[in-house]
Amino acid sequence: MKHTVDQSGNISKFSDGYEIEIKNLHKAFGERKILRGVSVCIRRGSTFAVMGGSGTGKSVLLKHMVGLMEPDSGEVWVQGHQVDQLDQSSLNALRLRIGYLFQGGALFDSMTVAENLDFVLRRHSTMSVSERTEQIQEAIAWVNLPHAATQYPAELSGGQKKRIALARAIILSPDILLCDEPTTGLDPVSVRTVSNLIMRLKAERGITTVAITHDLLCAEIIADHAAFLYQGKTLAEGTLDELRASQHPQLREFFG
Amino acid sequence: MRGVKKILAEVGAIATFSGMVFQQLFQRPFEGRELIRQMDETGSKSLVLVLVTGCSIGIVLSMQSRGTLARFGAEAVLPSMLALSVVKEIGPVITSLVLAGRLGAGIAAELGSMRVTEQIDALEVSALQPFKYLVITRVLACVVMFPLLTIACDIVALLGGYAESLLSSDLDYRLFIDQAFSSLRMSDVLFSTAKTSVFGFLVSIVGCYSGYHVRGGTREVGQAAMRAVVIGSLLVLLADVMMVRLSLILFGG
Repeated sequence: MKHTVDQSGNISKFSDGYEIEIKNLHKAFGERKILRGVSVCIRRGSTFAVMGGSGTGKSVLLKHMVGLMEPDSGEVWVQGHQVDQLDQSSLNALRLRIGYLFQGGALFDSMTVAENLDFVLRRHSTMSVSERTEQIQEAIAWVNLPHAATQYPAELSGGQKKRIALARAIILSPDILLCDEPTTGLDPVSVRTVSNLIMRLKAERGITTVAITHDLLCAEIIADHAAFLYQGKTLAEGTLDELRASQHPQLREFFG
Repeated sequence: MRGVKKILAEVGAIATFSGMVFQQLFQRPFEGRELIRQMDETGSKSLVLVLVTGCSIGIVLSMQSRGTLARFGAEAVLPSMLALSVVKEIGPVITSLVLAGRLGAGIAAELGSMRVTEQIDALEVSALQPFKYLVITRVLACVVMFPLLTIACDIVALLGGYAESLLSSDLDYRLFIDQAFSSLRMSDVLFSTAKTSVFGFLVSIVGCYSGYHVRGGTREVGQAAMRAVVIGSLLVLLADVMMVRLSLILFGG
């Protein structure tokens, strides 16, 4: 199935099958219009890649999904909740069902790796200290860094930071994982490692993943559906192969 | 005109930011652990700086005043003059200005770096309420620690002054203490020390506001730190003028 979103961007496909629905989203910073009518629908359990060049509003789009930004107009629905209409406590409750992997990892640099993970767990779970320690060990072993617990983020490489950040993002077993450039700046081996971990999340836990990326290798590994943003609008949506086969000049330029 | 508008907008934003502190101060969760860590960061780690400042103020003030007072045959009032000037004015203001430099810049740079590396966003999306965790703890720590550090500064300044008097004129410590404290009223000591809580609030609010709202990269973090020191110091001086006026109305001269 391939479709290009119409000018108005109104997609009235809200149904139980969709985990995230964005309708005609507009966002400007001062005079600069970043999003100019983006609409996407993301199916539950799917891995969705948002692609496009730099400055097309990919990160801004992702931040709307978790309420870090408020839309100028349009609607953002996540798990049946309109994100920008939620009060603080409902928004916090929704955020606990969403894991967010930041571009630079955003690990708290005053804490060790274990403390980074424990900080989230301690606040949002009723586990005992030993249970938390066990879960943290399990999480960092899952990202293949079992000996990193006592290290500080500054002592880790870029790829290791991303993996620890991924472990932190999923420590509360979220339903949705949002990844902002999960593989940017990593070497090809690390790109595969991080991408394969994201795939394992889908296979093992059925997590819905939205990943912003302009890394084709990562997109090829993880995406079963993708949208291409151009000048703040959804230019095309479909499988990666469908986007690659498109004759649209912007897509042809992007995919080379 | 645009400049005035910008300044007013900034003042309004800082006032709103301060309002949020009062609004969320008594709401759960309370970040006790982080508050203690911040008090340690603010208090113990600033102590040496404050003590050195206090000691040098006491010695210098004593040395500078001795000659002038001797010319009028009033050398005996040196301990009273020292105590009055240190406890009522110089101790609180210099301590606050020194801390505005250290803590204002430190807070703004730390929060600014956390903002540009998305750590504040990471707290937000983890439902960890960064405003409470980062801002309220720092503001409370400064409100509590500024008066305590001021007391330390006052004590060391008087000790420095006494040490200078001892070396210059072999002054007996009982005479020094008696003269120093005879001129001080309890209300002076309490008010002058307590006003540094307000200075602590102003310094930390400006530091937190500057850091929390950084947009951009490392250059903006540096600018935020500088702005925090400049505005924080100016606010301390401005608030001091107002509070001295208030103390004169309340307790007389």
